[in-house]
Amino acid sequence: MIEVIAFYLFAGLAIVAGLNTILARNPVHSVLWLILAFFNAAGLMVLLQAEFIAMLLVIVYVGAVAVLFLFVVMMLDIDFATLRAGFIRNFPLGLGIALVLLAELVMGVGAYHAGGLQLGVADGHGAAIAGASNTAAVGALLYSRYLFLFEAAGFVLLVAMIGAIVLTHRERGDVRSQNISRQVARRPDDAIVNVQPEVGKGVQL
Amino acid sequence: MSWAVSLRLLAAEDLLSVWGLVLLLVSAWAPAKGRAITWAAVGVLFAAIALVWPNVSTGLSGADASAFYAQLSVDAFASYAKVLIYGAAAVSLMVAPAFFERNGGYRAEYPVLMLFAALGMGLMVSATDMMTLYIGLEMNSLAAYVMAAMLRTDGRSAEAGLKYFVLGALASGILLFGMSLTYGFTGGTGFGAIAKALAAGTSLSMGATFGIVFMMAGLAFKISAVPFHMWTPDVYEGAPTPVTTFFATAPKVAAMGLTMRVCLMAFGGQVAAWQQIVMFASIASIVVGALGAIGQGNIKRLMAYSSINNVGFILVGLAAATTDGSAAMLTYLAIYVVMSLCGFVVVLSLRDADGKSVESIADLAGLSRTKPGLAAALATVMFSLAGIPPLFGFWGKFVVFQAAVAAGLLPLAVIGIAASVIGAFYYLKVVKVMYFDEPADKVTGEVGSLNAVLLIVTGLFISPLGYLLTGWLGALARGAAVALTKAV
Repeated sequence: MIEVIAFYLFAGLAIVAGLNTILARNPVHSVLWLILAFFNAAGLMVLLQAEFIAMLLVIVYVGAVAVLFLFVVMMLDIDFATLRAGFIRNFPLGLGIALVLLAELVMGVGAYHAGGLQLGVADGHGAAIAGASNTAAVGALLYSRYLFLFEAAGFVLLVAMIGAIVLTHRERGDVRSQNISRQVARRPDDAIVNVQPEVGKGVQL
Repeated sequence: MSWAVSLRLLAAEDLLSVWGLVLLLVSAWAPAKGRAITWAAVGVLFAAIALVWPNVSTGLSGADASAFYAQLSVDAFASYAKVLIYGAAAVSLMVAPAFFERNGGYRAEYPVLMLFAALGMGLMVSATDMMTLYIGLEMNSLAAYVMAAMLRTDGRSAEAGLKYFVLGALASGILLFGMSLTYGFTGGTGFGAIAKALAAGTSLSMGATFGIVFMMAGLAFKISAVPFHMWTPDVYEGAPTPVTTFFATAPKVAAMGLTMRVCLMAFGGQVAAWQQIVMFASIASIVVGALGAIGQGNIKRLMAYSSINNVGFILVGLAAATTDGSAAMLTYLAIYVVMSLCGFVVVLSLRDADGKSVESIADLAGLSRTKPGLAAALATVMFSLAGIPPLFGFWGKFVVFQAAVAAGLLPLAVIGIAASVIGAFYYLKVVKVMYFDEPADKVTGEVGSLNAVLLIVTGLFISPLGYLLTGWLGALARGAAVALTKAV
């Protein structure tokens, strides 16, 4: 009973938040609604006992992606009024695409339930470990069977990082960068001068 | 299988990744040492060739070559492709410092990116699991996008990088979509599991067919086969010439090796499902590559269309779907790589008195009188690409068509040969401009001793002397092709 209540709570809130994401006038509000939608989706994942995906949703999508959106929305000077200007004109097209997608979903799920789709049978090495949480099960696979791919994926990220730095970093002569070791090594004697100027002559630096 | 055995099988990958990291640190602390890092990277690539070479000559295959729970296979096929890949990467790395120093700024990260690209390409040809395939592909592609945009001050280079990135990301998405469908309808990501689910004689479900078609579309983009070739001329023209040299050679071998393994190993039981796609892509690539090149005035764009054209010829061997076909493809790939390297080293050597690159074909007029050596090298490449008999390029086309005819694909062979006659037109046009037009006196710069040595070595390989190698090359290619089919 409590699960059903929780499901309808999360699902209803997710739909409301999703609608508000696209209907909100202020783009910052849109992003905040999006974050709410992510949280409710995470709740739904917990109900499905997929707590690892729930955590990923919160950490990756809320923690990184949505915050990135927020940065973009706040930092770029985009006139959202002009972006929305064609809404009514493009509405029939959007509605048509939405109907096609809905029909595809209904037909796909219908074919699956009618037994028209012969899905493959998994070979079983990815099966869940009895009694372990699915975070532990994912970890056990990732760090043993798929260790090589995990490391290789790390190299992909490294290449992406090198690429981003190579393409954007440039040596600029006019920047006064901070040299911490020089700052720390500086003695008071180098920085402080005791002078006794004659009255009325001013200080010579 | 123990980790130690797997790691020992992947000795070349271990070497490349460790040295990639070491040189990355060196480049971070000594950014001015670009040339030294480049030569170190070239040395690492040659060491990697030495490590994989025994696998080619012994014809390693089957379970002995399988590493990390059958996610990779370092059989003779993968090792053969790796020799070509590492060799092509090493040559395109050697010619890079001189070019970048003339055109504003060599980055010490360039050789490091090249090493990681080579690592990714090695994974691509070794992949016997869709996840390895994708990770290898992305590792190579990400490095390639950055290398294409390496000359930031040049608008064309930035455009090439951006175009390559956007279209490459789209192709990766299509490929992933196909992979997810294939996984859903076969129940496995390993090529062995897919091959078992799609064994010959079983009926192919609609979903799996969609998966195969989408995967073929994504792979066709990566090998720049028609109709997914549109990015090639723009990227080849805009990217810095050493990077174009690289794009036209090593990633082509890697993507083609990947396509061969996916088609013949994972989908090997369902040849009818993909054979028509390959035949269409093959004919279309030959025709579009030949016709598109005719109007080109830029030598790099011409080479881009030439590579599309050549991919079409290589795919003829895949359409045959036999061991002979695979062996012919591998022979053709080796010859194609050397021809392209020779052609691009010539393009790199075409410089005016100020050291600026000359890329327009019209400026090559009368090259035979001002630079007879360069003109002879370029003429050799052009005749060889056109497949005119005394040169080695003819041998590649010959074995591919022989395999196609043996597999009963006579119409495909006839169309291919007819289109290669059209292709000969633009190759010969370049020769005519160089030998029979009044000198334009544009190309007056020095060739440089490194380029000269590379030109002599690659030129001798594609000259009629190359026929001395046919027996040896054919035996290696056959061993690799046998290993590929045995891996099932």
